[in-house]
Amino acid sequence: MSLTPDELAARVARDIPAGAYVNLGIGQPTKVADHLPADLGVVLHTENGMLGMGPAATGDDVDPDLTNAGKVPVTELPGAAYFHHADSFAMMRGGHLDVCVLGAFQVSQHGDLANWHTGAPDAIPAVGGAMDLAIGAKQVFVMMTLFTKSGEPKLVPSCGYPLTAVACVSRVYTDHGVFAVGRDGVTVLETFGTTVGELSARLDVELTVLTR
Amino acid sequence: MSRTRVLDTVDEAVAGVEDGATVLVGGFGLAGMPFDLIDGLIRQGAGDLTVVSNNAGNGDVGLAALLRAGRVRKVVCSFPRQVDSYVFDELYRAGKVELGVVPQGNLAERLRAAGAGIGAFYTPTGAGTPLAVGKETRVIDGREHLLEYPLKGDVALIAAHRADVLGNLVYRKTARNFGPVMATAATTTIVQVGDVVPAGALDPEAVVTPGIYVDRVVRVDARRYTVEGAR
Repeated sequence: MSLTPDELAARVARDIPAGAYVNLGIGQPTKVADHLPADLGVVLHTENGMLGMGPAATGDDVDPDLTNAGKVPVTELPGAAYFHHADSFAMMRGGHLDVCVLGAFQVSQHGDLANWHTGAPDAIPAVGGAMDLAIGAKQVFVMMTLFTKSGEPKLVPSCGYPLTAVACVSRVYTDHGVFAVGRDGVTVLETFGTTVGELSARLDVELTVLTR
Repeated sequence: MSRTRVLDTVDEAVAGVEDGATVLVGGFGLAGMPFDLIDGLIRQGAGDLTVVSNNAGNGDVGLAALLRAGRVRKVVCSFPRQVDSYVFDELYRAGKVELGVVPQGNLAERLRAAGAGIGAFYTPTGAGTPLAVGKETRVIDGREHLLEYPLKGDVALIAAHRADVLGNLVYRKTARNFGPVMATAATTTIVQVGDVVPAGALDPEAVVTPGIYVDRVVRVDARRYTVEGAR
């Protein structure tokens, strides 16, 4: 069986090292937080100026002055720190974040990322912090479905959508499998309810298999 | 006497903003949005403005209200498109407002550079993307970088939690966001706060924005906007 979004979030969470400083992108990547055990000591960064972000706030805990990058009210954990935007992005761009997890429209076999703009003429372009995160974090994980709703692969030889950053992604976590991408192309690390042969038939990229 | 002026009314605080000015507006979504100063600017009447802010307005309040009033020629921001950015979306699609999209880290760093007297800086953010078009590039340590220039404002409108009479500021939680860098990057920095205290009442170790960056301060009553409440 392919993975549900929740199972995929749990799978990504398993690869987050203990004590890591991590930024989770807006949307699906936010769910990864639900699968990080507290004793792992992972510290979440939100680009609007906070380390030590806690879960979403509810009821009386909602504070308009305390939100995440998606403008959702959140909470602070003991040991949290606040800082201004230039510091927050210096943290990112200076290579201090261990991992960021981002969604994507497309990832190329060499780790190019397209996740900010479809290029459609009537779309309003909005980049946010995606370009800074993609070039800054030590490791960039992408979490996405492997195919679009109409069945087009999102892991591609080269991105057709406008790029967010070049050669920045190291791992791609999808509902059908986990892939390493980079200079040497695509390596299949794991498959979910499918085989490398079946994936090869549906993808336009050459798949290398890890030999154990 | 401090150079910073503590004013009695919002209208005095925003007096003198000229048509065609570049206005830096603090806030990330609604957190840290200087609602009262923006409402004051709408009353004051300056138009043909270039607004620099992270977003392009949420709901009908704050920046969205300034856009709706037709005072903005151009928005420079990182993330205009949101679930509740319908005022901007409509104006943009109708060709009534220009848009400059800047990656969020470049936005913050260009403001910081303006405030710190940095002539320009190289960054890998945006290299190899459509936002690199027309920019000078340079390979540093084997990686392509883009040359980015400072972003200065004529006026900054920001919201802080508390000020003393010298204009020293402290902020609250993630409402700090762009306030400290914008305060440094404008000719005239105007701040709304929930509280003005005497000199000596703020812990000097905890001051985030020193008063040297602050020109005008006005106390306003607290408003409590959440995303739902902005409509």
